[in-house]
Amino acid sequence: MYKYDQYDQAMVDARVEEFRDQARRRLEGKLTEDQFKPLRLMNGLYLQLHAYMLRVAIPYGTLNARQMEALADIAEKYDRGYGHFTTRQNIQYNWIKLEDAADILADLSKVEMHAIQTSGNCIRNISADHFAGAAADEVVDPRPYAELMRQWSSFHPEFTYLPRKFKIAVIGSETDRAAMRLHDIGIRIVKRDGEVGAQFYAGGGMGRTPMIAPLIRDFVPLDQLITYAEACLRVYNRYGRRDNKYKARIKILVHELGAAEYTRQVEEEFAHMLSVGVEPPLEELARIAAHFELPEPLRRPGPRAGTPLTPERIKNIGVPGQARDGGFEAWALNNTHPHRHPDYVSAVISLKPAGGIPGDATSEQMRVVAKLARHYSFDELRVMHTQNLLLPHVAIADLPALWQALDAAGLGSPNMDTIEDIIACPGLDYCSLANARSIPLAQRISERFAASGRTEVVGELKLKISGCINACGHHHAGHIGILGVDKKGKENFQLSLGGSEAEDVSLAKITGPGFDEDGVIAAVEKVTDVYLATRADGERFLDTYRRIGMEPFKEALYG
Amino acid sequence: MKILTGNDLRSGAVTWWNGNGWSLFVDDAVDVGDDAEEILAREEAARRVNVPYAIEARIDAAGNVRPAHIKDRVRALGPTVRRDLAVPTANKTGWDWVI
Amino acid sequence: MAKDIGTSPDEVQFRFRDDEPVDHGTVTVDACCDQTNATAVRIEPGDDARLLLPFLDRLALVEVNFPSFGDGRGYSAARILREAGYTGELRAVGQVLIDQLSHMRRCGFDSFAPDKRLDEDDAARAFATWVNVYQRAADRRATIADKRHEA
Repeated sequence: MYKYDQYDQAMVDARVEEFRDQARRRLEGKLTEDQFKPLRLMNGLYLQLHAYMLRVAIPYGTLNARQMEALADIAEKYDRGYGHFTTRQNIQYNWIKLEDAADILADLSKVEMHAIQTSGNCIRNISADHFAGAAADEVVDPRPYAELMRQWSSFHPEFTYLPRKFKIAVIGSETDRAAMRLHDIGIRIVKRDGEVGAQFYAGGGMGRTPMIAPLIRDFVPLDQLITYAEACLRVYNRYGRRDNKYKARIKILVHELGAAEYTRQVEEEFAHMLSVGVEPPLEELARIAAHFELPEPLRRPGPRAGTPLTPERIKNIGVPGQARDGGFEAWALNNTHPHRHPDYVSAVISLKPAGGIPGDATSEQMRVVAKLARHYSFDELRVMHTQNLLLPHVAIADLPALWQALDAAGLGSPNMDTIEDIIACPGLDYCSLANARSIPLAQRISERFAASGRTEVVGELKLKISGCINACGHHHAGHIGILGVDKKGKENFQLSLGGSEAEDVSLAKITGPGFDEDGVIAAVEKVTDVYLATRADGERFLDTYRRIGMEPFKEALYG
Repeated sequence: MKILTGNDLRSGAVTWWNGNGWSLFVDDAVDVGDDAEEILAREEAARRVNVPYAIEARIDAAGNVRPAHIKDRVRALGPTVRRDLAVPTANKTGWDWVI
Repeated sequence: MAKDIGTSPDEVQFRFRDDEPVDHGTVTVDACCDQTNATAVRIEPGDDARLLLPFLDRLALVEVNFPSFGDGRGYSAARILREAGYTGELRAVGQVLIDQLSHMRRCGFDSFAPDKRLDEDDAARAFATWVNVYQRAADRRATIADKRHEA
């Protein structure tokens, strides 16, 4: 894992003092709320429905046990004993006081954490594949590049007042586990003839105008990575629309110019930037990469990477004949992911208990997870964009003990990528932008499918719920998506089908007229009925939808 | 009736204009009639409230103040999914009126 | 002849240069490109700073207007001019606030004429906020990465 040196620490400390001063000036009336708002947002502090909300950055979703314990402590000391993990691998606290905010940032800085640029019209926290450095199918670990970009984007003097927010995701596999092409810039680190470089996609996003990012450069050499990103941002800063907040994201610029013209402008700026010399020395990338080298036991012993665990293999884990709960086998089968080392897996810790609030964890649960990370995963854990946690490096032999500890803490649900593993934004229960509540829907749907035993039968089905058009719940990218709208003062829900945030990226299409809360839950059941009745062997819900199209689903819903 | 709400600048807590100051309880809210703009400007300038605004509300049969819009009803009581965290005493009549 | 616009030296609150300030007003970018003798120009957010590149030798003052502090196009304009070798005065005018000063300085601004005078102590603190920096920018400061790898 990356470790701060004196410079990184000094930057974060300087930011704490800067924010303390800004908060003081606000409380003294030297700053109006209009002036203070962008400043507090750039420190992750929102004014939400019930209080201030603080979003803390978890760069590329990676943290260690001590950091997770600090997050638990903050939840207890300054909030109400819980936090909410988000789709951009961050954590949010819902009940923060402005007068405590600088102290919280100071507590965070003690464990090399911060809330820098977790909101505002600037480059946001860089996200990455949650299995980075561990996945069997990985070509290159994306985290050193994400860290390089974290440093480059932090307090960038030119790009702090962009037309709108700017989100970057970095992956290093063919498989996309970070919704890379639904970001303002998506980067895939690739290897070509042994040389490592970066593919750049630009102009993706969700929100009210969802767009899939087109490829704008197939290979950027590693010693030009920052220069190319800088060129992308400068063209956007100069020409992104500022006349209409809803058309200000880079996706609109790329769409209006056309990908070819945007690319041409970037290339022109890039050629100029190369002559200016903005790239950090290449040794810096090597220095950062050294932090991410795997601990010795995890280095692949031979040519063979791990493969998915099979029921047969799971039966033979641990001591033969050892008594264990039946729940373990389902969990080990569903919540593990193949590791680069054949004796290890990455283990997913579900924050989606049936009937629970997606992504919420109590301080106690955070501490349990921290302890388990220390014990079973080389002191490392991750936040997933699906609002779950994971231990990246778990010895297969340790899985039964790990599962028992998780299960005891209410963290052992075997539901990764099932219909219970719902992504939901905070919705109208917490968010001042929302039109409808997302969480109660997620609770009722997961409860219903768990109770009827249909979760396992349905298999992989990504259900995503947003409480408004801003699409924080990624409904455009759901195999099933639900969007909450305000219909004459009542909550109403639009259903959509066929989205995907993965390498087979697509945008979901609306089925037709919306439903009330009970109606949309029944509708979800109906569409899964259609799927179960028509699926071919091995087809996921998404595959069936793509094969048979919208009509049979519409017929079942409205016929 | 027209009532005023906002957030406390320091704590961020949801507050309601009670005629003399800002209360944590929606039932303390008073009808401000045509004075809304004047009170809002004065109170925000004095930093006794942050980003305040006027909303429509009604008094129910039991004499409770009920904001017209669901968003302000949720603000009055707390997240419907964490009823353990409700604003104290504001939920004496239960949650049915919120949603 | 285009009408003079812009700020006067009296309105400049912070200046990091030793030369005498230009004592006349500025012209628009269009006017600057049309007339061959203007030495002071004012850039508005929508203007393309690169139109000025052929004239940098004769320019002694470029004002970059920030009618709204949230519109960050002026930061790019400033860097583009410095990257092209402009060495004259680069003045940020308009809604220039305490918390924008350090970034503006990094983008190459060396004088500041805020439309409302800023608290001197707060401004001094703001200019000194970043002892170290991550990015290469117009101020040509050695970055943290440079310091990490200096031989």
